[in-house]
Order: sequence, then structure tokens, then C-alpha cells
Amino acid sequence: MVDAAIGEDSVVRPRRAAGRKGLRHALKRKSTVAFLLTLPLILLITLLVVYPAIYSVHLATLNKSMQRFVGFGNFEFLSKRDTFWLVVKQSCIFAITAVVFKALIGFIVAHFVHNIPAKGQRKWRGMLLVPWVIPPAMSTLAWLWLFDPSYSAFNYTLAFFGIGPIPWTGDAGWARFSVILVNIWYGAPFFMIMYLASLKSVPDQLYEAAAIDGANWWQRIWYVTLPMMRNIIAITTLFSLIVTFANFDIVRILTAGGPLDKTHIFATWAFRVGIEGSDIPLGASVSLFMVPILAVAAIFILRDVNKRGNES
Amino acid sequence: MSRRKLNRRQFVAATAATSAVMIAAPYVRGAYAAGKLSMGFWDHWVPGANQASTDLVNEWAAKEKVEVQIDYITSQGKKIELTIAAEGAAKSGHDLMAMPTWWPHANAELLEPVNDIMEPIIKENGEVNGTVKYLGQSGGKWLAVPACVGSQIKGPCTRIDLMKKHAGIDVQELYPAGGPPKADGWTTETFLKAAEACQKAGVPFGIGLGETTDSVDSAGAFFQAFGAELVNAKGDVTVKTDAVRQALEFYKRLIAALPPDVASWDDASNNKWLVSGKGAMIMNPPSAWAVAKRDAPQIAEQCWTHGFPAGPKGRFAPFLPYFWSIWSFSKNKEAAKSLIVHLSKPASIEKMVVASGGYDLPAYEKLTTLKVWQEQGPPKGTLYHYPNPYNHQTLSIAASPAPPKIAQQIYAQATMTKMCLRYAQGEKMDATLAWAEGECEGFMRS
Repeated sequence: MVDAAIGEDSVVRPRRAAGRKGLRHALKRKSTVAFLLTLPLILLITLLVVYPAIYSVHLATLNKSMQRFVGFGNFEFLSKRDTFWLVVKQSCIFAITAVVFKALIGFIVAHFVHNIPAKGQRKWRGMLLVPWVIPPAMSTLAWLWLFDPSYSAFNYTLAFFGIGPIPWTGDAGWARFSVILVNIWYGAPFFMIMYLASLKSVPDQLYEAAAIDGANWWQRIWYVTLPMMRNIIAITTLFSLIVTFANFDIVRILTAGGPLDKTHIFATWAFRVGIEGSDIPLGASVSLFMVPILAVAAIFILRDVNKRGNES
Repeated sequence: MSRRKLNRRQFVAATAATSAVMIAAPYVRGAYAAGKLSMGFWDHWVPGANQASTDLVNEWAAKEKVEVQIDYITSQGKKIELTIAAEGAAKSGHDLMAMPTWWPHANAELLEPVNDIMEPIIKENGEVNGTVKYLGQSGGKWLAVPACVGSQIKGPCTRIDLMKKHAGIDVQELYPAGGPPKADGWTTETFLKAAEACQKAGVPFGIGLGETTDSVDSAGAFFQAFGAELVNAKGDVTVKTDAVRQALEFYKRLIAALPPDVASWDDASNNKWLVSGKGAMIMNPPSAWAVAKRDAPQIAEQCWTHGFPAGPKGRFAPFLPYFWSIWSFSKNKEAAKSLIVHLSKPASIEKMVVASGGYDLPAYEKLTTLKVWQEQGPPKGTLYHYPNPYNHQTLSIAASPAPPKIAQQIYAQATMTKMCLRYAQGEKMDATLAWAEGECEGFMRS
């Protein structure tokens, strides 16, 4: 027995030693250290992103009382509802129009700011970022007062010129215009700052070479600036498209989806159906409908960025 | 370092001795001997009204030796509904929860039945109105107890002077303070004529047609006055009826006499309309009048809260009750029931109603004539008819009598106001009805 014990120990000891050596070796590896350093973030993302995402998929597969599994039943139900397709259409109009204008305004303003002498540029950059740094739930309240159905400050001003009153949030067309306008106001500074950073990284030699070749202003933009900014434009567009598609606060505060559901987008409709209508599975299904749309957009845009990265 | 080892015999002896002492020791009732109780109450917008609830809860807690925790949850941004949904999904949270209108039914499977306390409460306070039964009962079981805090009737609040001057109607005569209503002539037709007259005079009625509750509640009461039901009590879709057509025709005429922007009104718009002095009437509990009392006293002095006009099928007024409900996962259900009984005592109810300046309404028939409504002013007696003391109107909720889970969808989606707007904006009657029918069929999911 004693011999056996000694024998066992003699086998275990080198194994343990080898294990310790292996662990030490693993800890010395860069990939292990990197993994350990990112572990808190991985755990955080698992907890705050992966779990809620999986839970919402689970919810979307339940019946209204959340007691029965219905598979894709909720999506099938939604596909037969006219109001849902109205929401899909409006979400696309809202997101695409807003992103296009945010990008356009951001691009133009970035050029203006880029051309301001360095001394005064910081002030302008700071001022132009103001809409983006104010929480939208707060700034949209100010817009709500400006658009107020009965006491609109805009209408008050327009009345001096004999125009109006305009039903900013009472007419479907104007209400859509209003929510898109506020979204552009809020999001354009983000594009502006990204494009400005990108503009600053375009080497001056390229412009000088273009000038020697006799390129005019438009040719410089088209053949130098835009190609150099393509990746930034693609990434900001993708990012903004995701954020704008998932927007909630601006529409919720300004119009709550009205009039006649004509400004509802996925998130506000999901809230209306899920929380106000106590049909959480259907609300979850409405929100999840965004995923394939955004996934397709992300695949195309990121593939393009990767392709250009590999080319360069 | 020496450590005394405990052998098996010593361990058994020590355990036995400790158990004997614990069993034999006299029961000492500690400060919180009856455990803990947490509650989520609606955060009242009348300053100081929460304090009355807090005092009542503390009074009960001290007597019953229960440790209490009260969270006042605002209804702004639907926060209370979000909390209810989250707690229901997590099956964890407060023991006792204040739930508005449809939420007891929406969470029926997760609530502790309260028949045992509801019956004695009714015996003491009197019968509850039909809306409370409709929203608070399921299959003969009481899901929750009506709370007076937050419960309200959204009847007309009329400018006495403007209505008399432009429509020739003396609302104080129709609804005299201290006496029964003399409102037989106060019908939907009279109402329409008055609306048109006030519009012509530049002080139109302020009735919203948005998708928030004030707009939906008014539409619901008018639809009921015409006997218009989108879904009947059995759950059948009954959109294509003459009653619904009549209600839409009525609203088409009414919309022409309302401010042009009512489609975008929310629950604050009508209050602002009254306080600004621009309109002759709104449909609201006395919160708008209370704000006017503070900000525009000359307008408050001319406000009179009274009953709805009667339609061909009767006189209906929107009643929106709050309920106190107990989650089935609560760990202290008995304490929660005991607290609800305490809060439902006539003296407690009166205290809460007084603290709210008469805004809160008890659902019990013996408690609609409290002094506070007789005394509130200016003008004195302005709230006398607010609690429906003579039962001359049927208290109802929009979308009833459809089964509550279907009605909640009709209500949340504002189907009725959308129908009215569509038709008033020029859509053909049949198209509007077909649209509404499609919507209601979609609400049937279970």
C-alpha cells in the first residue's frame, strides 16, 4: 500500500509540474493574455447584448399569453397585417431619407469647417456638435414645442409672412417631414465630425498634384476627396443606418406614430403593440424584423470596405 | 496555534441544546415580525397626494409590524406599464402593484385572486360600477381591487361664460351644485349645435383625435352613446352596423367644429387648450381645472365639470380606474391583502381623495358624495357632479364590452379615433369600416 502510494505520487508530481508549466506557458502567450484582457468585455456583451437578443428571439416564438411555442407564427401573422407593411415602408423612408440627408449635410458642413482657418475652427466644431451631444429625448421636447399643434413657434413666425399655419404633426406628410428633419438635425453633426477627420487625413500632395494637372473644384472632390473618404463614408452610413432604423425617442416624443400610424417606425410600433397592447411576443417580432434588413445592409457595406482594404 | 476540535458527540449535543432553546424560548415579536412588503404605486401628479398614501401605509405597517417599501412610479412615458410588463416577465418585483385599466386582465394569469377581500370591501363601501367589474373580474374571480388613487372620469369641463354666451346653454343649470342633474335636453344633438356655435365664435371645443387616452376615451363614450361596438361581448366583430355608421357621421360633424390640429393632440393638448382660454370645453378630469386655478384663476373660476351628453342608446362617460393587484409570486400575499383592505376603508379613501383635491375617484357607490367635491372651487361646486353622484350616466371604457384582451388592442391602437379621422378626411364609409374590420380581426389573437 505504501509502495503504491509512493508510486502514485511519483506519477502525479511530474504531471502536475507539466500542468503548471503548460499554464505558465499559456499565460505567456499573447493570444491568452489578449483573451483574458477582453474577457470582462466579452462577459459584459454576453450579459447585455447576447442574452437580451436570444431572449427576444425566444419571446418572438411565443403566443400572446407567452405560454405556448408558436415558432414563426408571429411573423406569419405580421406578414398579413397591412399596418405592419405600412410600418416597414415608413421605416425605410425614414431611415434612408434621414441618412442620405445627414451624409450630404455632414459632407458639405465638414468642407466648410475644413476651410476655416485653424485658429477659429475649434469653436465651430464645438458649436456644430451641440445637437449631437444633447440627449435626443431632451432636444426633441424642444422640437415638440416648436411644432406644437396649437402654439407652434414656427407657425407664429411664419404668420408674419402670411404663411401657415402648418400642421407640423397633424398631417401625415408634414409629420413625416418633421420627424425626419429632427433626426437629420440630431445626426448630421456625427457625419460632419467623421468626414472632417477623414478630410484632414487626405494628403495635401494629392490636391497639389490635381491642381498641377488642371483639375477644377468638382474634379478634386470627385477624383481625390471622395475616393479617399470612401471607407469612412461607408462605415458612417452603415452605422447611421442601423441607429436610424432603430430610432425610438424622436418619433415617440414628436408624434407617437400618428397621425393615423403614418409616422410609426419599427421601434415605436413594437412599443405600441408590445407594451401598450400587452402583446410582448408580437412586439418582439416587430423589433426583430429589423435584423435581416440591417444584416443585409451590413454585409454589403462591410464586404465593400474589406474589398477596398485588401486592394490597398 | 492550537485549535480545539469538535467531536461528533459534542456537535450533536450542541445542536440539540440550541434547538431546545429556540423551541422553548418565548416568541418575541420584533419591529418587523410580519415580514416585508414592497409596493409600486402610481406617482400622483397632484403635489402632496402621494403623502396621503405614504401616511396610510405607514400607519398600517406600524400596526401590523411589517417593513414596507413604497415606490412611486410615474405614468409619464408609460413607465408604470413598462414596470408591470418587466415584473410580469421576470416573475419578480413588488408584492403589490398599482395597475391601470387593462393591465389586471393582461396579467390575469400572474395575479393572486382577491375575492376574499373584495366581497367584504363591497359590503362596506357599496357596489362597484360596471367598468370596474368588467376590468377587474375574470371568470367570476376578482383579479384586483379598485384603487381610488388615479381613478378618474373624463367628462366635460365647460367654460360657463362661453357656453352661455355662444351656445345659450347654462351648464350650472343643467348640473346644479348640490342637486340632481336636469340634463334631459343635454343630448349629442345639443352638444353638436353647441360645438358649432362655439367654433363660429372662435372658441371651439377642444376634443383630441390623436392616439392617446384622452382622445380614445371621448370617442369611446360617444360610440357607446350610439350603441356602436366594434367587437361585441362575445368577441364577434360588429364593425359594419348602423350604430357605428351613426357614430362616424356624428364625429364627422363634430370634427368640422373642432380646432384643425386635433389629429395631433396628445393628453396635454386639451389641458393647454382650456388653460389658454381658447376653448369653451374639453373632456378631462379636473386636473386641467386645477392647473388653471394655479396659472389662470380667471379661467378656473368659469369652469364647470359635468356629465356627458346622452345619445340614442344612453348617456356614457369614460371611467378609467386604477387597481391594486397582488402578484402571484409575492412572498407576502396576506400582508398585501391586509394593506389593500386598510387602503379601501372609507376613512382611508376620503383621506386620499381630499389629498388629491377631488381628482381621485372611488369606484364604490356609497363614496361618491364626499364633502370634498361639494366644497371644491372656485366656482364652488365645480366638482359636485364629477363623481357621478346621481348615477345619471353609465361609467364605461372605450372598446367595451369586447372581451378585455381584445378591447385593450382596440384601445391601445386608437382604432375608433382613427376611424373618425379617416372618415372625416374624406375616406368612404365602406372603406373606413373595412379597414376597421381588418384591424379588429387582427386583435383576436390569443
